[in-house]
Amino acid sequence: MKDIGSSAHIPGPPAPVPGPADAILVLRDVVKQYPAQRAVDGVSLSIPRGGFYSLLGPSGCGKTTTLRLVAGFEEPTSGEVLLEGARVNGRRPYERNVSTVFQNYALFPHLTVRQNVEFGLRRRRAPDAPARVARVLDLVRLAGKEERYPAQLSGGERQRVALARSLVLEPAVLLLDEPLAALDPKLRKQMRFELKEMQRRVGITFLLVTHDQEEALSMSDQVAVMNEGRIQQVGTPQEVYLRPRTPFVAGFLGAVNWIGGVGLRPEVTRISRVPANGGMRSCPAAVTDSVFLGNCVQVVARLSSGEQAVAEVPRQDGAYQSGDAVHICWDPADEMTFS
Amino acid sequence: MSRLRSWFLVPAWLWMGGLFAAPFAIVLAYSFLTRGAYGGLDLPWTLESYQRLADPLYLSILLRSFLMAAAATAICLVLAFPLALFISRSGRRRNLYLQLVILPFWSSFLVRLYAWLFLLRDTGLINTALQALHLIREPLPLLYNDGAVLLGLVYGYLPFMVLPIYATLERLDPALLEAAADLGARPFSALWRVTVPLSAPGIRAGVILVFIPCLGAYLTPDLLGGGRSVMIGNLVQNQFTTARDWPFGAAVSVALMAVVTLLVVLFLRRGEEAL
Repeated sequence: MKDIGSSAHIPGPPAPVPGPADAILVLRDVVKQYPAQRAVDGVSLSIPRGGFYSLLGPSGCGKTTTLRLVAGFEEPTSGEVLLEGARVNGRRPYERNVSTVFQNYALFPHLTVRQNVEFGLRRRRAPDAPARVARVLDLVRLAGKEERYPAQLSGGERQRVALARSLVLEPAVLLLDEPLAALDPKLRKQMRFELKEMQRRVGITFLLVTHDQEEALSMSDQVAVMNEGRIQQVGTPQEVYLRPRTPFVAGFLGAVNWIGGVGLRPEVTRISRVPANGGMRSCPAAVTDSVFLGNCVQVVARLSSGEQAVAEVPRQDGAYQSGDAVHICWDPADEMTFS
Repeated sequence: MSRLRSWFLVPAWLWMGGLFAAPFAIVLAYSFLTRGAYGGLDLPWTLESYQRLADPLYLSILLRSFLMAAAATAICLVLAFPLALFISRSGRRRNLYLQLVILPFWSSFLVRLYAWLFLLRDTGLINTALQALHLIREPLPLLYNDGAVLLGLVYGYLPFMVLPIYATLERLDPALLEAAADLGARPFSALWRVTVPLSAPGIRAGVILVFIPCLGAYLTPDLLGGGRSVMIGNLVQNQFTTARDWPFGAAVSVALMAVVTLLVVLFLRRGEEAL
């Protein structure tokens, strides 16, 4: 294990001091240029030790490429990747102290659960392999299924084998590439909670790549929102959701009503038959549609400017008809503005 | 509907019945008959031909054939696996390389064996060239020995090893190799622990496709071995022609088939257990 994490093998001058002292993984101006496109376009990130960090963005935004650059499956065209303070550019995947949970798990079909989990430990000739395998299989609740083959497991169990196979190596950073995408929706929600819980228990830094904003918001300590190869914003889930820095971030993290250049989330957009008073702002509008959603009613209204706004109102307030003259009201504190 | 469906199988049944079952029955029957006074066949029914198989002379030919076929199969495997791996990782050039592997089939095997004769014989291309370069004085004995037969077998059956291995490698999920590297496996370790086991079905198919025809090979030992490197195929041919002992030739054929069937069944069953 030691030779992988240490900086002893790096030729040339010592690696420059990374960003914040507690950052376990730093990306500096990383560019990945493919013949036809620039997948990663100058990404700089500083990922703190021991947290749950998400890279969130639409498909094709470069988030998976970024993860592969960290894992060592791809080499950056320019820029630096620093792991635990040491430059890892040019190091092969098997020389980097990170491990990946693949989107389709990439379990070895010819090996049992135990052999899959043992695989990395055996390559490292870890002396305490059996005990570590037993511990990690306990952690992911797969004890008793050691002798099964991947084909004999459910989707959720396979995912946990993939997790165990990487966790058992105690990598500096665990890389997760859309780990929940292949699960059915119900299991996916449950696994969000479990993943978060597992990260807390083992204390390993998790770097998750996802296109699902709910997933990123519910699990992460920090979220980096990516688009077209660039980082749009980095912040806590609250920050990126409530204080998005760009219209793209606002729109990608949730629904937005655009009223006079100001963005409003539907849940803070109210509807009233009279203009707002006090500190509230309002705007006249006409109801165009009203949809019963069960827990609330979604009212769609058209403003005189031609802009459209969606408000989620309580069921008992929901007696709005198409054509009703109303006022869209909001608290100025909830406005999302972009410079 | 099911009656109509069974009609579609009639050509296959006719083919198998007429060209496999019937000839096999004839050979089987011959093997239990007595040799006629002037060749041909005669009664009574007897096991004598099978008893003669135990003769050390014939046993040694049998053993030699097995060793030759096994060696040819092993060499084919060692050559074919890296080649198949290379082709499977050649991106857009895959099809070109596959065509090159298949290219020899465009001409007759017999013609290609004669080409080897012209290359290997004392006055052939290789010996002439080496002599002209004064590297050797006397021609090297390249022909009419076990080495020449082995060369011919490997040459002739290599594509049958390459193609099935390629087929399994081509379907191998590249993410599995990334996962192996990610978990700390160096390239050779990933090859040995992941690529090779997962291409086992192709390796098994290739081994069977090469071993069986090599075991029964007739043309290659006949031409390149020149009668000095006799294999079972030549023994059978010899019994039906020169020796005019049809029952014994038939018995050798039946014994060969029985052994091959047994080996294939054992080999495939072990493969299933391993999976």
